[in-house]
Amino acid sequence: MSEMEIKSLEERFNQRIANDEKIEAKDWMPEKYRKTHIRQISQHAHSEIVGMLPEGNWITRCPTLRRKVALLAKVQDEGGHGLYLYSAAETLGISREELIEQLLSGEAKYSSIFNYPALTWADMGAIGWLVDGAAIMNQVALINTSYGPYSRAMIRICKEESFHQRQGYEIMMALMNGTQDQRDMAQDALNRWWWPSLMMFGPRDAESPNTEQSMRWKLKRKTNDELRQAFVDQTVPQAELIGLRIPDDKLKWNEDRKHYDFGDIDWEEFWQVVNGHGPCNKQRLEARRKAHEEGAWVRDAAMAYAEKQSNKPLRVAV
Amino acid sequence: MKDWPLWEVFIRSKNGLEHRHCGSLHAADAQMALENARDVYTRRSEGVSIWVVPSAMITASQPEESAELFDPAADKAYRHPTFYVLPDELKHM
Amino acid sequence: MSKALIQYICTVADNNLILGQRLGELCGHGPNIETDIALTNIGLDLFGQVRSYFQYAAKLEGGNSSEDTFAFLRKENEYKNVLLVEQPNTDFAYTILRQFLYDVYHIRFMEHLQQSNDETLAAIAAKGVKEVAYHARFSADWVRRLGDGTKESHRRAQQALDDLYTYTDELFHHNESELNLVNEGIAVNTAQFKSDYYQTIHAVFSEATLQVPDQKYFLKGGKKGIHSEHMGYILTEMQYMQRTYPNMQW
Repeated sequence: MSEMEIKSLEERFNQRIANDEKIEAKDWMPEKYRKTHIRQISQHAHSEIVGMLPEGNWITRCPTLRRKVALLAKVQDEGGHGLYLYSAAETLGISREELIEQLLSGEAKYSSIFNYPALTWADMGAIGWLVDGAAIMNQVALINTSYGPYSRAMIRICKEESFHQRQGYEIMMALMNGTQDQRDMAQDALNRWWWPSLMMFGPRDAESPNTEQSMRWKLKRKTNDELRQAFVDQTVPQAELIGLRIPDDKLKWNEDRKHYDFGDIDWEEFWQVVNGHGPCNKQRLEARRKAHEEGAWVRDAAMAYAEKQSNKPLRVAV
Repeated sequence: MKDWPLWEVFIRSKNGLEHRHCGSLHAADAQMALENARDVYTRRSEGVSIWVVPSAMITASQPEESAELFDPAADKAYRHPTFYVLPDELKHM
Repeated sequence: MSKALIQYICTVADNNLILGQRLGELCGHGPNIETDIALTNIGLDLFGQVRSYFQYAAKLEGGNSSEDTFAFLRKENEYKNVLLVEQPNTDFAYTILRQFLYDVYHIRFMEHLQQSNDETLAAIAAKGVKEVAYHARFSADWVRRLGDGTKESHRRAQQALDDLYTYTDELFHHNESELNLVNEGIAVNTAQFKSDYYQTIHAVFSEATLQVPDQKYFLKGGKKGIHSEHMGYILTEMQYMQRTYPNMQW
């Protein structure tokens, strides 16, 4: 294809997106669109899968059976969401195996929030309430993204996630209605998870070079700072309602802006964790690597069996 | 060794409705694809029947062909009831 | 009577509770996502049944008891699960073989419990029997895949079978609570499907090209509250919150 032809294809492509048409897997797309989507969708998938780990740690220690089934179902959902997203990425011509290799080699990123430790039961509340709350803000916006398979995965995910945040908030509420020990536990969890949750929206707009392109492709509908502000505005009253204090002395309602003003994020910490030096980066990747390596013989066995069986489908009923 | 092949999953949400494509997954064989589909895609009672098809077995039309495949249908207005002009007095036809 | 019934409910429910706890350890660590999700579904089914059983036991016991006092606040020797279900997730072959050896028992057990003269237990079984039928299908398929897959998977599956087979006989022992209630048509007389159980698992092992171990001695104890060394660790983790923060609402 000549440069001219590519240019005209690109113009038509951009026009289609501007007209709210969806792009499907087999449609022509600029190479940059494909690459950016593989990167973002797989990053999102990796976040779901790595995100299973901090909460997964607490499945065996839930305080009640009701909490145990809820947490187990929630962590399982995250696995399901990772699967939907890997499948969406695979439509762009990359295999799951390659995507997982990228995660395990450290080449691909995932949401830094999961590099923080889950230390107490209240962290299950804080993660569901804050981390899922922040994730949902991003994901709801992505329902209308331009790439069809990604958009469809988001629809399914948003529908399923509606219980996740409620689950977390309910845990916090129960703690705040409990003993002093329990209230302290809840406040401590909020203190530790608040700032990392604000960091989930990424660098300030001024330092986020991809925003404009991503906006055009509807990979982003609002900027990092807009989403962060919306999250703060939404979360502060929720904290107040159950008697939790947001750990930010500068937090204050601004009547002119009709938004909360809030304090400065520790960007040094943000980049430290993004660059692999957070409290749990090593152990999270190590856990994924271990599961993948120890699963290799299992995956091989199933393939070998399938090949042997292709001609003999008889089986004993159990 | 190679990864499990990809399968497309179709779910009938209740009797009377058609199976609809709902996503894909990996499985080593058809039996496993069916079981994985049940575990992954019907966790919230979304289905009463499942089809799984190896993704590689699907023949798809190409977007480049869409003009010749689909545009010709656009000017066949006579296939639609509004093409036929009938008196207003005639109800329910 | 009520005391014996509560004992019996524990005998039945503890198997699910401890096996569910073992499966819960694996969530997020499966050989791939699909299999991870499938195993968690089994865990969720088991915990769902546990809740029904313990809610019933709490109703019989009255006072301040609840499903959670039964699940979390007993002493080790008050748990009556079989030794089989407390065995660790040594590798995926152990997880699958342990599951299969239990599922084939569990499905037969539930089929019979549906006929119990105790209506609540019969109702729990009627609901659970469908779940367990799926578990048995899932684990049997995987036993075949591992046994007749690669050399390595065969070796691992055979190892797991050799190590776990010794725990199967206990499934058919009756503890005191069962002996008390079998004659009243409340408890299931598990002896009646013992030979069917072994026939079925052996048939699957034969398809899976696995050798049935030549087992002369079988291990037992769990049903009488005498557990393996694993049990203390399982309970330490499971009871952690309730023991550290007693008498609180969560």
